[in-house]
Amino acid sequence: MTMLNVGRPTQPQTAVPVAHASLTGARGLLQDEALIFELGGWDKTGVDLEPAALDASDLAGLTREAPIGLPGLSEPEAMRHYVRLSQKNHAIDLALYPLGSCTMKHNPRLNEKMARLPGFADLHPLAPISTAQGALQLMDELAHWLKTMTAMPAVALSPKAGAHGELCGLLTIKAAHEAKGQGHRRLVLVPTSAHGTNPATAAFVGYDVAEIAQTEDGRVDLADLEAKLTPDVAAIMVTNPNTCGLFERDVIEIGRLTHAVGAYFYCDGANFNAIVGRVRPGDLGVDAMHINLHKTFSTPHGGGGPGAGPVVLSEALAPYAPAPWVVSGPDGFKLVEETIDEAAAGFGRMVAFQGQMGMFVRAYAYMLSHGTDGLRQVAEDAVLNANYVKARLSGVMSPAFPDGPCMHEALFDDSWLEGTDITTLDFAKAMIDEGFHPMTMYFPLVVHGAMLIEPTETESKQELDRFCDALIALAHAAKAGDVDRFKGAPYLAPLRRLDETLAARKPKLTWRPEPTTVAPAPLAAE
Amino acid sequence: MRYLPLTPADRAEMLGVIGVDSIDDLFADVPVAARKAELFDLPRHAGEMEVERHLQALAAKNRPAGAGPFFCGAGAYKHHVPATVDHIIQRSEFLTSYTPYQPEIAQGTLQVLFEFQTQVAALTGLEVANASMYDGSTGCAEAVMMAQRVTRRKKAVLSGGLHPHYAAVTQTIAHAEGMDITRLPVAIDAEAAVIAAITPETACVVVQTPNVFGVVTDVSKIAEAAHAAGALMIVVTTEAVSFGLLKSPGEMGADIAVAEGQSIGVGLSYGGPYVGLFACREKFVRQMPGRLCGETVDAEGRRGFVLTLSTREQHIRREKATSNICTNSGLCALAFTIHLSLLGERGLRDLAAINHAKARQLRDALAAVPGVEILTPRFFNEFAVRVPGGAAQAVEALLGDGIVAGVPFSRLDPKAGLDDVLLVAATETTTDADIAAFAQALKGRTL
Repeated sequence: MTMLNVGRPTQPQTAVPVAHASLTGARGLLQDEALIFELGGWDKTGVDLEPAALDASDLAGLTREAPIGLPGLSEPEAMRHYVRLSQKNHAIDLALYPLGSCTMKHNPRLNEKMARLPGFADLHPLAPISTAQGALQLMDELAHWLKTMTAMPAVALSPKAGAHGELCGLLTIKAAHEAKGQGHRRLVLVPTSAHGTNPATAAFVGYDVAEIAQTEDGRVDLADLEAKLTPDVAAIMVTNPNTCGLFERDVIEIGRLTHAVGAYFYCDGANFNAIVGRVRPGDLGVDAMHINLHKTFSTPHGGGGPGAGPVVLSEALAPYAPAPWVVSGPDGFKLVEETIDEAAAGFGRMVAFQGQMGMFVRAYAYMLSHGTDGLRQVAEDAVLNANYVKARLSGVMSPAFPDGPCMHEALFDDSWLEGTDITTLDFAKAMIDEGFHPMTMYFPLVVHGAMLIEPTETESKQELDRFCDALIALAHAAKAGDVDRFKGAPYLAPLRRLDETLAARKPKLTWRPEPTTVAPAPLAAE
Repeated sequence: MRYLPLTPADRAEMLGVIGVDSIDDLFADVPVAARKAELFDLPRHAGEMEVERHLQALAAKNRPAGAGPFFCGAGAYKHHVPATVDHIIQRSEFLTSYTPYQPEIAQGTLQVLFEFQTQVAALTGLEVANASMYDGSTGCAEAVMMAQRVTRRKKAVLSGGLHPHYAAVTQTIAHAEGMDITRLPVAIDAEAAVIAAITPETACVVVQTPNVFGVVTDVSKIAEAAHAAGALMIVVTTEAVSFGLLKSPGEMGADIAVAEGQSIGVGLSYGGPYVGLFACREKFVRQMPGRLCGETVDAEGRRGFVLTLSTREQHIRREKATSNICTNSGLCALAFTIHLSLLGERGLRDLAAINHAKARQLRDALAAVPGVEILTPRFFNEFAVRVPGGAAQAVEALLGDGIVAGVPFSRLDPKAGLDDVLLVAATETTTDADIAAFAQALKGRTL
């Protein structure tokens, strides 16, 4: 059906003022959406439950008397509320999301579909083992892929995220040292460019942290490492490719030196996407490495999680892995759930139950889809895309390490902004107005005003060009003195720049009723 | 390959722009010894149909909880999740966004987190809550570590009613940090024993209610004893629906409340991903682990939300951070918040009432089976029964009748000597027919 256009104008009639404000706070399709506590009814609900006669006579004195303070919404209201909120988010499905070190790649929907098969999604973690054979087989097959791709003999699947994997790795190392009478080792060495989780994890398990210096070309300073590798060192934690987006050329020597003093080599596998299918950490002398399934293997980031951080382990560390793990035998698959008997050396338990099964299914669907050939292509295209961005932007921005290729991410410093009065933050905020999520800013700490761009392999050349064109245009604007474009940015986002100082000075972490708001009345007895 | 947009022509052109001859030139920094020219010994790529076929075959080897009468609980519960929840969490803008580090284009996620924090604070009866932990068990360990920071003491007392996995996780992590963890002997109604274990050196006591055997406890007296000794009271809850009926941890004197939020909005998923709820008194907020979302204003004075107090966190404080946690459980927190918004006060109270009623009905049915003894005196939706001949054996036998009878306690703690104790749970998904079939089958077995 065509729309009748008789009697109404079919073209814009007047020029629209540039700074137009609505009367309601809405901005066209973007609604000004209140909190559920301001919208919901204290006696409203979006579920139909068959009422039960409440007989809490067994629970005298144990039941809640006062109202909880939870508003409810009907189903259409709830749908609208959350859809309206969703529209205020940037997303990988919307545009390139070049957060360095985060690997924001496409999240295939096949993975979502598979994770929702009732055999996985509706499986209780303590269901009898005979009723969970498919789940255990999946974990076993996933483990096989992870071990094969890393040339490591064992894997602990249960850690729930990258940092949790680091914790698992260091606890394994600690247990191994203790078993060998080396419990006195107190020190973990971490490069200055490391993710914050590395030193935080080392401290969390009671180690002291010392930093390893970095060379001019962005790698571990071998001389400094060698000097710091004392008999006190329990482990080194090195990210490879590192957070400057560079491969540690001396990685094999790093491993050799570390092992020579009886320490273990922990590799932060956050950047595994750059080498998957092409380089196996086991060939580099690594003893333990976590793999962020939510990065390399595309399980969605979900606004900050959930993730999954399985840890692959060397022969030396394998006996100390935490419970549980899967074993296969003639009667099918079993789950070793206690650190007793054959698992007595295991250091304990990282989580209740088995870990992030929902993420295992998604990651495994992704691995099967790509296959060994596709995964190799993943690394190659991720590295190609990053180098292409680096090549295109190097004319206007200053690469932190101009010589030689980068791996999966391109790192720039802010020297090219000198004299413009524009900071890395300003530049990042201006990218928002151009439709892109900013890159990782001010990380790694070793590069001044760092801008770390990781495009991933799932970007087309067209999207990369669109992105590079936008950044080049912005760079020209910055150098041309168009300062307001940056200082006031973003102008076109759902909100302008937010006052983070105010948020931290007077923390308001929950909604509380205004004094004038009527408090919820106690519910009438059913 | 369907997930890779670059064509061979693109690749060639891009290599030209970069100024190298081949992709191998970009991997030149990899030591020669570590370069793998050949493909690994794994299957090659597969289409959607083939992948689906393989995974469906694996899924078909599992028996979903919804396939028949099902009574497992013990830290994860089968509940109905409204269809709306799963629809919304699959929206691209929620599913495929990152941690909200750029608040101007992440207000959707941030406002949800603010709503989540407020809901969790209300449920637990405490003043502030964080933006989620991985799950309840890791939250429990983090709470103990936090108590150490607040009190500067190194000893913790875990009740014998704490879920054995939670106790194991806490012991593993807190022990590594140098804490001295005392886990009291496992017993069904064990909470009162906690008071006697408190000393002037105790940093915190950890009590679960309802506990792993389903026992509901008013921890007020324990909290008083803890506070008198300068220790913190940590209350753990594994069944979040119980907040709809029972006194909140805050009401009973908890300083920190930790809970598994899986029951609200999140499926069973064989153990994860779940969502840890973590709340505390406001005065301890700067010692909290994890992300916090706070209210502020933008440059035009409009209300907005940001991640805040991040000087506690690893990306700023590094080795001095309160925790190493980074990625948390954002999407599960969203599911939790949507489900709880749909329930509202009335829905949650109704849901809790139904759960309790179903469990009482199950209790009455099992109590009538000769030889079966109900061990839990006061419960919400889960309790322990003694089954003659062993709980694991009973579960195995009843599987033959198509019934998943519950969790043998020995599965959680084989050393406790409670081989005849079976943990059973009922929820709103449990039908009268399920209960009748369970009692009937058990009767057939114990007779």
